[in-house]
Amino acid sequence: MKKFAYFPGCSLEKMASSYHKSALETTKVYDIELQELDDWNCCGATTYFHLDDILANTLVARNLALAEKEGLDLVAPCSACYKNAYFTTEYFRKDPDLAEHINFALEEDDLHFDAEIDVYHLIEVFTNEVGIEKIKESIKTPLEGLVIAPYYGCQIERPKKSGGEAENATYFEELISAMGAEPAYFPERLRCCGGSLIMTSRVPALDMVRIILDSAVRNGAHVIATACPLCQVNLECYQSAVNEEFGTDFQLPILYFTQLLGLALGINPKKLGIGIELVSATPVFKKLLPKGVK
Amino acid sequence: MASKPTFSDEIANLLYAGKGSPINACIQCGTCSGTCPVANYMDQTPRRLIGMINANLKEEVLDCNTYWFCASCYHCTVRCPADIDIAGVMYAVKRYSIWNKTYREDLIGPQFSEAFMKTIVRSGRSYEPLLAPTYMFHFGPKEFFNEAVNASKMMLKGRIPVLPPRIKRLDNFKNMIRKIIPIGESS
Repeated sequence: MKKFAYFPGCSLEKMASSYHKSALETTKVYDIELQELDDWNCCGATTYFHLDDILANTLVARNLALAEKEGLDLVAPCSACYKNAYFTTEYFRKDPDLAEHINFALEEDDLHFDAEIDVYHLIEVFTNEVGIEKIKESIKTPLEGLVIAPYYGCQIERPKKSGGEAENATYFEELISAMGAEPAYFPERLRCCGGSLIMTSRVPALDMVRIILDSAVRNGAHVIATACPLCQVNLECYQSAVNEEFGTDFQLPILYFTQLLGLALGINPKKLGIGIELVSATPVFKKLLPKGVK
Repeated sequence: MASKPTFSDEIANLLYAGKGSPINACIQCGTCSGTCPVANYMDQTPRRLIGMINANLKEEVLDCNTYWFCASCYHCTVRCPADIDIAGVMYAVKRYSIWNKTYREDLIGPQFSEAFMKTIVRSGRSYEPLLAPTYMFHFGPKEFFNEAVNASKMMLKGRIPVLPPRIKRLDNFKNMIRKIIPIGESS
C-alpha cells in the first residue's frame, strides 16, 4: 500500500467529477491510496500570478504544507495545479528569501513548509509508481480497436522539461498501448488548448481547440484522452461553439485517461463517471468495444 | 544621483529572478513568435513585444493585447535559445498593467483575473458562476447564447455546483494573505 496526499483542485469537485471518481477507482486497483488534503485551497491556476508572485506562491504553499504535515508526497490530477505545486516547491528550495516570506504567512494558519516532499502529476503515479508493465498485466478487458489520441497539453511537461525533452515524451502513448488500445499519431498532442482564454479571448481560444480536434480526427482517433480538467472542458464543451464558428462538424468524445484505463480494468462505467460528458462516448464504445466493456 | 528606472528595468524587476536570462539577452530570432499558438491574434508578436520592451516603448507595449492573450502554455519559454522565460515576461507585464491600471478597457483578461482573485480571497476556492459577469457582458449575442446553452447542459449533468464552496479555516487564510499583501478585505 502506497499513500499520497491528494490535491483534487477546484475543477474536480464538480465540473470534472468524472476525473475525480475514476482517479480514485483506478488507483485503488493498484493498492494506492489518495488521501484528500484536509481543507485545501484553490491553487490559483494562472491568475494569482497575474497579480502578485509572492502571494501566488504562498497560496500554493499552503496546500504543500498541509501535505507535508501528513508526511506524504503530493499528487495533483490537474495540470495547472501540478505545475504550480511543482514550481513553488522548486522556487522554495532555491530561494531562501521567498521561503521566509512563505513561512511568515503560513504561521497564521499554524503551518510550516520545508519543501521536504515531492510533487507528482496523477499520470506519473501510473507511469512511474505503478509502471507500464504492471498496468499491462492488470488489464481485464483490453480496449481493442479503439484509437486514442494522447493529449499531453501544456503544463505537465512545460516549463518543467526543455523543449526537446517534452517533444520526445512517449509515456502517454505507452499507457494507451498498455490498455490494449492504439495510440493515434497526434502531431498537436503538446499544443495548448487555450486554457482560460476560452473566457477572456473567445475566438482565438476556439481556433486553438479546432486545431487540436482537427489533428486528432485527421489521424483517425475515436476519442481524445486528457490528463487535465481544463483541457477536457475546452475540447469537449466548446466543440459545438467551434463547429458554429468555423463550420466544422466535430463530434469527438474527450475522456480522462483514468476513465479509459478504468474501462480496460473492467470497472463499471458509471463508477468512472462515464455518462456525464456533453459529447457522448457511448456510440464509439458500442461500435468498437466488446460487450464486456459497455 | 540615482536615475529613474526605465520601463525595461521595471519589467525586468517584476520577473522572477531565479529563472532564465534577462530580457535584454533576446537575440530577436522569432522562435517564440513561430511557436506561439495565439500569435496570429496578437497586436504584436512575442518577439516584437520583447523588442519593444527593450526599446522602452512603454505606451505601445501596454496598449497592445499581446500579454493578455498569452495562455501560459510555456512553449516559447522552453524553446527560447537565449533562455528567456518569455511566458514569465508576459506575467510581468500583466502585473505591471494591473497594478498601474494601464490595461485596455476592452480586454476581459484583467477583469477576469481580478474577479478570480477576489473569489479566492473571500472563500479560498474558485467558483465559476461568480466569474461569469466579468466576461458574459463583453460577449456578442452568439457567444452569450453558446455560453448559456453550455452552462445549462453542464448543470443538467451535475457539473456545476449550486453553492459556492469555501474552506473551513477562512479567517486564518485571510490573515495569511494580509501578511503578504494589503488586499483580502471583504470589499
